[in-house]
Amino acid sequence: MSDIKKFMYVNRTAPYGTIYAWESLEVVLIGAAFEQDVSVAFVDDGVYQLLKGQDTSELGIKNFSPTYAALGDYDVNKLYVEKESLEARGLTIDDLMALKYEDEDDDWAEKDSIHVVPAAELADILEQQEVVFSF
Amino acid sequence: MKFAIQVNEGPYNHEASVSALNFVRAAVDAGHEIFRVFFYHDGVNNGTRYTTPPQDDINIVNAWSELAEKHSMDLVVCVAAAQRRGIVDEGEQERNGKDGNNIAAGFRISGLGQLIEAGIQSERLVVFGD
Repeated sequence: MSDIKKFMYVNRTAPYGTIYAWESLEVVLIGAAFEQDVSVAFVDDGVYQLLKGQDTSELGIKNFSPTYAALGDYDVNKLYVEKESLEARGLTIDDLMALKYEDEDDDWAEKDSIHVVPAAELADILEQQEVVFSF
Repeated sequence: MKFAIQVNEGPYNHEASVSALNFVRAAVDAGHEIFRVFFYHDGVNNGTRYTTPPQDDINIVNAWSELAEKHSMDLVVCVAAAQRRGIVDEGEQERNGKDGNNIAAGFRISGLGQLIEAGIQSERLVVFGD
C-alpha cells in the first residue's frame, strides 16, 4: 500500500485579523517534507491570502505573503482559488500573486501554480481528497 | 476505525474543544481507535494545568488528562503554536530559559509533523474549530 495520500488544505480566512492563515501556511510548509500529494484551496475571504502587494506596515503585523512564493520549491504547486469567491470580492486572477513552479516532468518549464476553478469543480477536487485540513 | 483529531480553538471561548471531547469519548466507547489528538492555534490552551474554571463549570483540561490516562491517549500540543501562547513543558522551559512550565498531565509538546503523520496514519482526520 502506498503511503502517499491526497492532502488538501482549505483556507477560508483573510490573511490578517486572525492567525489561521499564517498557521495554516506553517502546516503546509512542514507537511511538504512528508511528500504527500498536496493541494491547497482558497475560498471565501481565504482568497485574500494570495493578493499581491500586501502591505502590513501600518498594522504592526508581520507580512507573511512572500512566503507563498516558496511553495513551488516545496512541490506544493496545486493552488485552487474558488472563482465565485474571487468574483464576489471584485477580484480577478490578475489581483493575485503570480505564483510559479518548475515542472520537473516537463524539462523544468515554469508553470502557474494558481488555478481559478468554479465551486462545482472545487467540490469535485475536494471529493477526491483523503485528508482535508480546514483553516 | 482509526481517527485523528485536530482541535483548533481555545477551550473556553469556543465549543470546539468540548465537541472534540464528546466525539473522542463516543468514538472510544464505540470501539474506535484515536490515533492522536493534535492541538493547534488557540487549541493549545487545552493543555495548561493552570486552568481553573469556576467549580460549577466543566474543567476541560482535566477531562483531557483523565481521557489520556484512562485510554493511553496521545495528546499533542503544537510547539510553534504553544511557544506563541505560553504553553511550556520542562523541555521548552529549559530550551527557552523560562521560570516554570504549565503543561497538563497527559499532554506533550511536539512539532507539526505529528499532525501530518496523524493524517497519514489514520483513516479519518476530524477537525474541530470554526
